[in-house]
Amino acid sequence: MQSFSNAGGGAIVLAMAERIIENRAYLSEIDGKIGDGDHGVNMAKGFGMAAERLKGTEATLAGALDTLGTVLMTEIGGSMGPLYGVMFTEFAETIEGLETIDAAAFSRMLHAGLAGIQSIGSAKVGDKTLIDTLVPAIEAFDGATSAGRSFAEALDALVAAAEAGRDSTLNLVARIGRASRLGERSLGVLDAGATSCAIILKTLCEGARARLG
Amino acid sequence: MQRFINNPDEVVEDTVKGFVKAHADLLALSPANLRVVVAKGAPVAGKVGVVTGGGSGHEPAFIGYTGRNMLDAVAVGELFSSPTAKSFHDAIRAANGGKGVVCLYGNYAGDNMNVKMAIKLAAKDGIEVATVVANDDVCSAPKDEREKRRGVAGEIFMWKVGGAKAAQGASLEEVRATAQKAIDHCRSIGVGLGPCTLPAVGHPNFQIEAGTMEVGIGHHGEPGVRVEPLKSAGEVGRDMARIVLDDHDLPAGTEVAVLVSGLGATPLNELYILFDTIEEEITARGLTIAKTYVGNYFTSLEMVGATLTVMALDAELKALLEAEARCTMVL
Repeated sequence: MQSFSNAGGGAIVLAMAERIIENRAYLSEIDGKIGDGDHGVNMAKGFGMAAERLKGTEATLAGALDTLGTVLMTEIGGSMGPLYGVMFTEFAETIEGLETIDAAAFSRMLHAGLAGIQSIGSAKVGDKTLIDTLVPAIEAFDGATSAGRSFAEALDALVAAAEAGRDSTLNLVARIGRASRLGERSLGVLDAGATSCAIILKTLCEGARARLG
Repeated sequence: MQRFINNPDEVVEDTVKGFVKAHADLLALSPANLRVVVAKGAPVAGKVGVVTGGGSGHEPAFIGYTGRNMLDAVAVGELFSSPTAKSFHDAIRAANGGKGVVCLYGNYAGDNMNVKMAIKLAAKDGIEVATVVANDDVCSAPKDEREKRRGVAGEIFMWKVGGAKAAQGASLEEVRATAQKAIDHCRSIGVGLGPCTLPAVGHPNFQIEAGTMEVGIGHHGEPGVRVEPLKSAGEVGRDMARIVLDDHDLPAGTEVAVLVSGLGATPLNELYILFDTIEEEITARGLTIAKTYVGNYFTSLEMVGATLTVMALDAELKALLEAEARCTMVL
């Protein structure tokens, strides 16, 4: 049974922060087409602050996710602060205390994050939000593991589904959040939250995959 | 555009620093949270606390309405971005005089989520919180989906009425119900002539072509219901009044309060030019204007444009609107 160690997993969160900061301008640009244009700015600020706190701490994955979630929730605000804040703190609580994380624990973690988001937001698949990335990604992961595929293969399936989910937002009309006021005018633009969610999930999965033993 | 800023990432910090120095007679920064502004003398024991919060860039909203018989505490967000749940929670705590706190804020996804979480945190402190969610912007959703509409400058009337009601010693439920009535009696519309830019983003995130205007534009540049060639102020003012009044459907003889606010980069004289025909259209429908406010009451960075808010008055709303209050704006 493949698994990866919680210890030292804080590096995965640092990698996530790096990727979000690299994509600061891109995320703001796509957000600006149908939103305020501040998604990249706020995400980079929050992930950057969390990274500053984590650098040199040798945090576990659970500890680092908790730091990230807490920073987003208490320092960032907007819509993404509470949504990602609750997702990461739920991730952290699910795997806290585990020595190693196997596919079952990873799945529980993903589901807890999704449930946290759904407890404060009301978006459903098809509303053109980060849910369009997260829900199919979790389904693909669960589908792969229940089909008997390895943890590594399930992580690959998750990333592919997350990216397809992100791309699906291109042809969706926003039904929630600021972009929803645009109606049909939101067609043809990726949702910024769905895009950042794909970056987050890809970095998380790559980090997990590289550590599998 | 040339700007008076130090660091594009610290625009909010620097704004708040200057603001609390300039208005130290009325308010101060919370010692517990640098994103919370608290009225002098708040919390008032035995009075319902009145709180709001919202993204920055709308000055004098939201912080400028902190004061005596107005808002007790205000949570400050990033530019155009909801304050954190923590800041809303700290504002609620700062306003709590033991009789509960009413949070009067605008209908935006982020504010809805952060307020919801702040209420949970406040419940752990034993503070009862009631909310009113402003939805006065008529172009942001059809009339049969009013709960989806955004809150815009009508929030100022909601704060004034809620603040005055709380100052009279009303209960939490009475303050909530009266503030709800105030916003239910408000209708607003915005018209945009030019976009605005978040300094940290560096370029406008929407465009308004030269020679055109966007009717129904939102407070963050949310696109309006239509883009059309720029018309004379008389025609624009008449259109704005018509859209608001058609949605409002008020019987002749109703008294109203009228607020014309600039969106940031429109000179005051143009607001008066607009008001001239807005007044004609309103009175032509048999309505009586009891109170008028023209100025930069609720802006959107340097957006070029204006909003019109019409609040229908009954005896209670009129008296509360006229009650004495002190904040940075004349109300």
